Amino acid sequence: MSFKITVASGKGGTGKTTVATNLYWSLVKNFDNDTLLVDCDVEEPDDLLFFKNAILRSEVKVTQAVPEINTSKCTYCRKCVEYCEYNAITVIPPVQYASIAPDLCHSCGACLYACQDDALIEKDHEIGLMSGYDVGFGKGLLEGRLKIGSAAQTPVIRRVKKEALDAASVILFDAPPGTSCSVVTSVLDADFVIMVTEPTPFGLHDLKIAVELIREMDLPFGVVINKAGLGDRAVYDYLEDEGIDILEEIPFNEEYARKFSEGMILSRIDKNYAIHYQKIIRKILEFKQQ
Amino acid sequence: MIRELTVLSGKGGTGKTSITAALGSFAKNAIFTDCDVDAADLHLLFNPDILETHAFEGGTKAEIDPDACIGCGICQDACRFDAIKRTDHGWFEIDSLHCEGCRLCERLCPESAIFSIRSMNNQWFVSDTRFGPLVHARMGPGEENSGKLVTTVREKAREIARSKNYNIIINDGPPGIGCPVIASLAGIHKILLVAESSESGYHDLLRIIELISKYDVDIFGIINKFDVNAGISERIVSILQSNNIKITGKIPFDKKFVEAMVQGKTISEYAPGSAIVKVIRNTWEMISS
Amino acid sequence: MKTIITANGSDVNATLDPRFGRCEFFCILDEETGETEFIENKAKLQSSAAGTTAAETVIEQGVKKVISGDFGPKAKSLLDRFGIQMVILKDEGQIIANVINSITGK
Repeated sequence: MSFKITVASGKGGTGKTTVATNLYWSLVKNFDNDTLLVDCDVEEPDDLLFFKNAILRSEVKVTQAVPEINTSKCTYCRKCVEYCEYNAITVIPPVQYASIAPDLCHSCGACLYACQDDALIEKDHEIGLMSGYDVGFGKGLLEGRLKIGSAAQTPVIRRVKKEALDAASVILFDAPPGTSCSVVTSVLDADFVIMVTEPTPFGLHDLKIAVELIREMDLPFGVVINKAGLGDRAVYDYLEDEGIDILEEIPFNEEYARKFSEGMILSRIDKNYAIHYQKIIRKILEFKQQ
Repeated sequence: MIRELTVLSGKGGTGKTSITAALGSFAKNAIFTDCDVDAADLHLLFNPDILETHAFEGGTKAEIDPDACIGCGICQDACRFDAIKRTDHGWFEIDSLHCEGCRLCERLCPESAIFSIRSMNNQWFVSDTRFGPLVHARMGPGEENSGKLVTTVREKAREIARSKNYNIIINDGPPGIGCPVIASLAGIHKILLVAESSESGYHDLLRIIELISKYDVDIFGIINKFDVNAGISERIVSILQSNNIKITGKIPFDKKFVEAMVQGKTISEYAPGSAIVKVIRNTWEMISS
Repeated sequence: MKTIITANGSDVNATLDPRFGRCEFFCILDEETGETEFIENKAKLQSSAAGTTAAETVIEQGVKKVISGDFGPKAKSLLDRFGIQMVILKDEGQIIANVINSITGK
């Protein structure tokens, strides 16, 4: 069984991708070479930008099965419309019009059960791309990328997670920001969740909602405070009141910001910076052994 | 005629909310919405007086009555979301984190042992603020339907704008390019993109530009933290120009944004005479002309 | 020819409802006779695709013209497909009776 770690954050831009890519480097170097990084932030997959020498190994189209209505068989009974909970089907009997909106369809298959006239056929609809990369160390990067204009983030994430299942002994997932359904899908089944926050009022507000979610899902987690030194102490007070572990504090530094902006994995060249990630790994291992 | 502006960024954390809030000091006769419903932060700077609170119906989740279930497994075979698990007793139960509320299991169950419960874990609010009315929401953690909540918030703002004669609606958009972003784009007239000078910021900007290129709208761009990486800022400028996006200005990295946030103020209030606020004023003048 | 006007209430003293997909009622006007019929918009509380469902009703009623304050992109393309003319009235709060008079020329 793989050990699954997910990096999440309520607020965007707290440094989730920075933490995920640096942690991947440290896991590979210091813990287990058989570690896979999985980018679940399919709307904005940015992990790849941190691996300048990445080589594309595999590329698969991610599709969703969306039914089409064969109007020569359809009797316009509207039973499929009644079965569709997502209002994706339009049938207008007097003008013999029937169609399904792919952007509203969840591919649940209910309409197929509804139709007694064999008028529905499922066709593959492209919603994204799944790519595997060699990055020069470790097991590499598996990336999900939502097709622009598609609203089907969650099925793309589900597909990528299925591919990653037991693909390495340690799997590190980079989740999207926020707390909506796509975050739930990314975080689901994690053995440990790292929440990245920044010590600002926005960071704190969004962290609280994310903590609520992870607690509801009953998953073990700890918090990394990134950009420490900016903002105020309110995040620290909150974490202390709630009895939440601080895995590590990573100070804000303008030089770091510049390096990250170029897509650099700083742990590879800066020993002082790398120590933060070694500490995070040590804390997670302590948890794992408990 | 009511005009609608949506502020977007692709990447999160580029300063979208801070800049939207800062426009508040210059926009007259405006109404605001926070369309980033699962990480809504605009209210932290606007300090709203909540006038109305409404429940928003979320998605449904199935539940199985263990006394009625005979363990036939029809539901499990039909479910495409792997949301139905066999219990140790041989019956079935729903894993609500996987359930997408399609109700197929409910329709197929021969014993009528499955029913659906609608989540009421979302709320939306109409508030008064020092910059004008604000329509905002709080989405329950892990809820689906964020796009529909965005649509609800925007419809309410339009209704208020129509009945009270506000002439511009300013929407603080969500990050990304997925369903809530698409919901924040329908029927708008103008977009302000907040870009950030990093490889990620650049990459995400390309994706959001591709998404919005299908819409017939006026697009403006502002570059935040431009001095963090001057080389990438140059690339951002040329990509904005080649897409006919009007550049309203560049803002340097400045801790004043965080200091203002800690005090619950917008940058326009916290540092009114600063060069940053001049850029924001210019941005507003360009957008509103 | 029949025309639909989106209305806030179920009689001619109601005002024009500016929301097409989520309007309260449809006023169906027979332009030849001046007769009206009001039907409730079943799409108004629908969580998604209200515009499409409202357009469905309009098409089922066999009207040639719809008068409202605003049409969403999906409703627009469906109505277009069936050659139904969309008229946008910007003047909020107009009484339905006045809208009817301006059409029938009374």
